[in-house]
Amino acid sequence: MGRVSVKNVSRTFSKKEDKSETRALENVSFDVEDGEFICLLGPSGCGKTTLLRIAAGLETQTSGEILLNGVPITGPDPKRGMVFQQYSLFPWRTVIDNITFGLEMQGVKKSEARKQVDKYIELVGLEQFKNSYPYELSGGMQQRAAIARALANEPEVLLMDEPFGALDAQTRNVLQDELLKIWEQKHVTFLFVTHSVDEAVFLSDRIVVMTSRPGRIKEIIKVDLPRPRSRTSPEANNLRDKVLKLLEEERFNR
Amino acid sequence: MNFNFIKTAEKKGIEAMSIIFAIAIWQFAAEWIVQNKLLLPSFYDVVLSFFAIIKSGLIFTDTLTSLLHFAIGIAAAFAVGIPLGIAMGWFKAANRAIDPIIEILRPIPPLAWIPFAIVWFGLTHQSAGFVVFVGMVFPIIINTYTGFNNVPKVHVEAAKVLGCTRNVDLIRYIAIPSAMPSIIAGIRIAMGVGWMCLVAAEMFGVSNKGLGYQIWHNYYLHRMDFVLVYMLLLGFIGLFIDRFFRYYVDTKLLRWKAGTVV
Repeated sequence: MGRVSVKNVSRTFSKKEDKSETRALENVSFDVEDGEFICLLGPSGCGKTTLLRIAAGLETQTSGEILLNGVPITGPDPKRGMVFQQYSLFPWRTVIDNITFGLEMQGVKKSEARKQVDKYIELVGLEQFKNSYPYELSGGMQQRAAIARALANEPEVLLMDEPFGALDAQTRNVLQDELLKIWEQKHVTFLFVTHSVDEAVFLSDRIVVMTSRPGRIKEIIKVDLPRPRSRTSPEANNLRDKVLKLLEEERFNR
Repeated sequence: MNFNFIKTAEKKGIEAMSIIFAIAIWQFAAEWIVQNKLLLPSFYDVVLSFFAIIKSGLIFTDTLTSLLHFAIGIAAAFAVGIPLGIAMGWFKAANRAIDPIIEILRPIPPLAWIPFAIVWFGLTHQSAGFVVFVGMVFPIIINTYTGFNNVPKVHVEAAKVLGCTRNVDLIRYIAIPSAMPSIIAGIRIAMGVGWMCLVAAEMFGVSNKGLGYQIWHNYYLHRMDFVLVYMLLLGFIGLFIDRFFRYYVDTKLLRWKAGTVV
């Protein structure tokens, strides 16, 4: 179960030196169903990453709250997995030891944890590389391993902060396909931050489009395309066009 | 990496020739130009003296004594330096409290502590070990601190999200491994400084045994061939310790790093 409710969340960053304030988020509210795939989309600096970090428990909101299954989020918890934009694998651990990290923290013995994570390594297709160190992997493989590491904790929600942002276009497409397969198999709730309209249209059930700073919700768009989706169907293009126009308005509103 | 000296010599003909050539020049200069054993003992004299101290067994007692001093210093520097560096790097308040004291003590040359070493510990192994400790502890503190200060934020956050939230766990599972290259670089610098301090401490009378002591003792006896043997011995042991350390680090501790680190 992974129902997420974002309720009137605001976040203001204040600088001590000149007492200036930056309003990153203002009164953001939306609900996410269990097992839903949501993309957060918006111009850069609109606070979408901040919102995700609050949901992860790495940042605190100034007001409002985010609930997971009705319980307010107060700090990091293995129930909410996160994949970062930067490569976040621990470079001193091999791929498999990165993936077992969460289980080890829960007190599972290393040998037992290794057995348990085999299926996740298989799921992301890294069997050959499970004993490699991160520096030996390509960027795409590192993000695959990071996804497996987040999944190994069996989270209810997976928070993804532009996880494919640093990858080349082809690798990105491949990983999007794989991510959808994982989503279908595991049925986890996804909160996925991206600045790519194509990515949002291809992946999500609903797209939360945000305004430029301070970040508010501009519109929530339902993506009613049948899966598996085609990247270039006329319907997809229409939707892309619609979203792009929304974003363009934001550019002129600044 | 270059652990096998013999293999290296086989493969590296030019390097080996260079050393042989240097020894030949040394021998020639000492025997035919300087012709004074006080000013420059020849290579042959040094080899004879070397076998003399092996035969008398002195080489073993003095080497072991020096290594004991070094070990006392290194153990104390680890026990004090690493926890202090960790505290300073992880807790801002600890850094503010400890840093001023360290900055005042650090510029004092370790050898200036010799009088206090004698007053506090007498002419004991601990006394020489203390001087070595003073030389080693600061590079270890500073590099441990730097390593801890530079732990990438994303690794700490990734660990927190994966359920590693207590400070003890974050230090143990994230910060220490992440800071390890920096800590090891600090240990290597510290070992160089400590080795110098060791000789000086033994020379200045903190000990009546050890390689450094023998250098000074033989200088009084005007046996410069022995002085040179002990000098070379210090050089070779230092080199060996450093190589062994690097070999251990590269194959065991830092295998996750691409290329050479320290």
